[in-house]
Amino acid sequence: MSDIILEMNHITKEFSGVKALDDVTFKVKRGEIHALCGENGAGKSTLMNVLSGVYPYGEYSGDIVYNGEISKFHKIKDSEEKGIVIIHQELALSPFLSIAENVFIGNEQTQMKGVINWTETRSKAKEVLARVGLENEDINAPINSLGVGKQQLIEIAKAMAKKVELLILDEPTAALNDEESKKLLDIMLDLKKHGITCIIISHKLNELSYVSDAITVIRDGKTIETLVKGVDDFSEDRIIKGMVGRELTNRYPDRKREDCPIGDVIMEVNHWNVFHPDDAERQMLKDISINVRAGEVVGLAGLMGAGRTELAMSIFGREYGQKISGEIKMHGEPIHIKNVKDAIDHKISYTSEDRKTYGLVLIDDIKHNMTMAALRSYFSKNGVVNSNEEIVKSEEYKKRINVKATSINQTVGSLSGGNQQKVVLAKWMLTQPDVLILDEPTRGIDVGAKYEIYCAINELAKSGKAVIVISSEMPELIGICDRIYVINEGEIAGELSKEEVSQEKIMSCIMAHNRK
Amino acid sequence: MNTKKAKNIDLKQYGMFLALIAIFILFFILSKGANATPVNINNLVMQNGYVVILATGMLLCVLTGNVDLGVGSVVALCGASAAILVVDFGAPVWVAFIVALLIGAVSGVFAGFFIAYLGIPPFVVTLATMLMGRGLTYTILKAQTKGPLPDNYVKVGAGFLPTMKVPFGAGTLDLVAVIIAIVATVLLILSEMKDVKTKKKYGFHTSPLWQLILKNAIILFIVWFFFLKLAQYNGIPVVLVIMFVLVAIYHFITSKTVAGRQVYALGGNAKAARLSGINTKKVFFWVYANMGILAAIAGIVLSARNASATPKAGDGFELDAIGSCYIGGAAAAGGVGTIVGAVVGAFIMGILNNGMSLIGWTTDVQKVVKGIVLLGAVTFDLLSKRKKN
Repeated sequence: MSDIILEMNHITKEFSGVKALDDVTFKVKRGEIHALCGENGAGKSTLMNVLSGVYPYGEYSGDIVYNGEISKFHKIKDSEEKGIVIIHQELALSPFLSIAENVFIGNEQTQMKGVINWTETRSKAKEVLARVGLENEDINAPINSLGVGKQQLIEIAKAMAKKVELLILDEPTAALNDEESKKLLDIMLDLKKHGITCIIISHKLNELSYVSDAITVIRDGKTIETLVKGVDDFSEDRIIKGMVGRELTNRYPDRKREDCPIGDVIMEVNHWNVFHPDDAERQMLKDISINVRAGEVVGLAGLMGAGRTELAMSIFGREYGQKISGEIKMHGEPIHIKNVKDAIDHKISYTSEDRKTYGLVLIDDIKHNMTMAALRSYFSKNGVVNSNEEIVKSEEYKKRINVKATSINQTVGSLSGGNQQKVVLAKWMLTQPDVLILDEPTRGIDVGAKYEIYCAINELAKSGKAVIVISSEMPELIGICDRIYVINEGEIAGELSKEEVSQEKIMSCIMAHNRK
Repeated sequence: MNTKKAKNIDLKQYGMFLALIAIFILFFILSKGANATPVNINNLVMQNGYVVILATGMLLCVLTGNVDLGVGSVVALCGASAAILVVDFGAPVWVAFIVALLIGAVSGVFAGFFIAYLGIPPFVVTLATMLMGRGLTYTILKAQTKGPLPDNYVKVGAGFLPTMKVPFGAGTLDLVAVIIAIVATVLLILSEMKDVKTKKKYGFHTSPLWQLILKNAIILFIVWFFFLKLAQYNGIPVVLVIMFVLVAIYHFITSKTVAGRQVYALGGNAKAARLSGINTKKVFFWVYANMGILAAIAGIVLSARNASATPKAGDGFELDAIGSCYIGGAAAAGGVGTIVGAVVGAFIMGILNNGMSLIGWTTDVQKVVKGIVLLGAVTFDLLSKRKKN
């Protein structure tokens, strides 16, 4: 077990003069699961791109020693031929093709030249699907009939079909819920039994300590340390210390009650019923009543698909569902919201869980993104934009929530995930809302940026805003919320105060509701 | 980093103007000066007026990430309707113009309705309006040319503003054109000074003085060259006034208004725009409705210049307008582009057409060259952007 499958020695990679990787050395033993972690922008993905040949030999300095020989990969195919397969964060599947076709995308089973052998394709697809626990799926079904969790497994099956020896997974569980993640991690452990070596990049530290044999921490383009299971301290706090270079004594900043008194109810939602947008018979939300007060941070906990995002989107201008009934009160007055514009005018705002698709115009700059939602109300007169005011305000918010960028004219697409999230937050703060609904505000961003988002949430609460946070990370909700509603299958399964809440309590609420 | 970036942006804006000047100089040499004669400068304006008008509207479509293929046909339909009303029914010219504008608006609203509210892809809808518009034009004109049109109609496309001619060298000089050039100079300098003042007030970065002077010197040189040539010929063409007013309005809308910003936001990311409270359907609808009205104006100008309406009028104009936007730096995927860019793009195409005609190249060869320029300009633009990243 002790032989080394991969050694990356003194790897340095520059992007126009900036060192993304600085003399990185990284060793992986055969048959182990090796985790790579670090903050966003630390260089994890760059290192994996060097390894898989995305950046061809010659664009970096240093050696890659794979199976004892120095490798010079010029393109991805070169590394794949040697058995190195990388699964990127974004799924590389073609939604309308069948499962079997997707498994062999770019690696088609052919007879003669270029003619597909369908018998071979189907039988081999069955074989590899069995290895990832999907033997019961219909291989002729289109891939978009599967959930994200299963699609991620298809990606692994795709790699299996390529005679993989070293499998690299970049954030494989980012879009998965706890149950799906667990399944994926168990499949990784199973692959390990079959002698496949894995490198996993993830922000979910609890998963890393569960699945990996060794963890290498990268910070600012340098390898900081490698922790080995059974030898070193493998706790989350220990890993975070390596990632940020200091002890993060409290992952959730305090909000002192005397600074942030809880005031009157700002928003109330009563007897809210929503049906599925494509199926008028299917009720997605049943008789939901929630409220949130000034200076209060309220969490919505629940499993994926429980209806939290659907609740938020249906409140926010009826962007989800049909046959919506129920009432919304702001400051005690019933209001009617027909569309997003009405919601904004009534001082409600919502930041989506998917900032790239629903939150930002990636090709535009920070300034224009920040003012996008508030332009009509606060940055224009008679329909004419006051661009000077726009610059002043976006500079102010860039400083206030610490967006790391060269200037407010930088395009948002070139920012890291954490900074993009801050831009989205600024965009909605600029609409001067009374209620902010934040859907997965820290998904896929690093520990340091998370902390800054929490601080921003505290600031909002202190200034008397009401904040609703939706998150799949229970410790996060417990850490930052004053009160948590547990939602399960479209219904409120429980309401827990800060004093009584714990992960066990939330889960038992869900279990008790399921039994009903 | 900040100042460096600002400099790059400035240089890129010059770049388009410099390309325009370079092409002009190239043909100046090739045609032995024939393209800089007063009569030819006048022709450049009159020949390209309708492309510029269409390009301003088309830019909005391109900003949403789409195109309008129907404009050439709407140009023909509106011109034909106006001509029939005047020639066959003896309607007053202003009535004919209003009817033509209404027809343009209706065709725009028609396309906009299908695109915005029924979600039919713009390519398909405007391909349909292209066929329908052309077919209707042939039908109402009975495949014949309708003309000649009366003088007060023709004036819109081929007329001039009142002149005050004084002897100048071998010919005459129109003082009205000179006065306009002087007014333009004063306005330009004043607005530049005001801009610097507000930037200082807010404490923003201002470009170095030499850059400001250079930029304005280039613009003033073009303005004076242009107006002096027009003054030597017959003064200010009416088309130029129409063009200028439209370009000014649309430049203002796209760069300074909420409505303009909404078009950019929609083109950059429609889903994000929608969740930011922008009524994306409404934006789509107005972009296409607006295109119909501009196509009608172009139709009136074209028929006026030709003093007649022909069933083939405006054939291929949609491609010239789309090409102008792309040459002017607009992105095919949407969200990027400027009115000034589209206008410069239209003039680059115009100067090419005009220059090649002057040196005796046939329209067949001209098309090949235009294709190469379009492809080259967009390739260069994309590659230089990619390099910067």
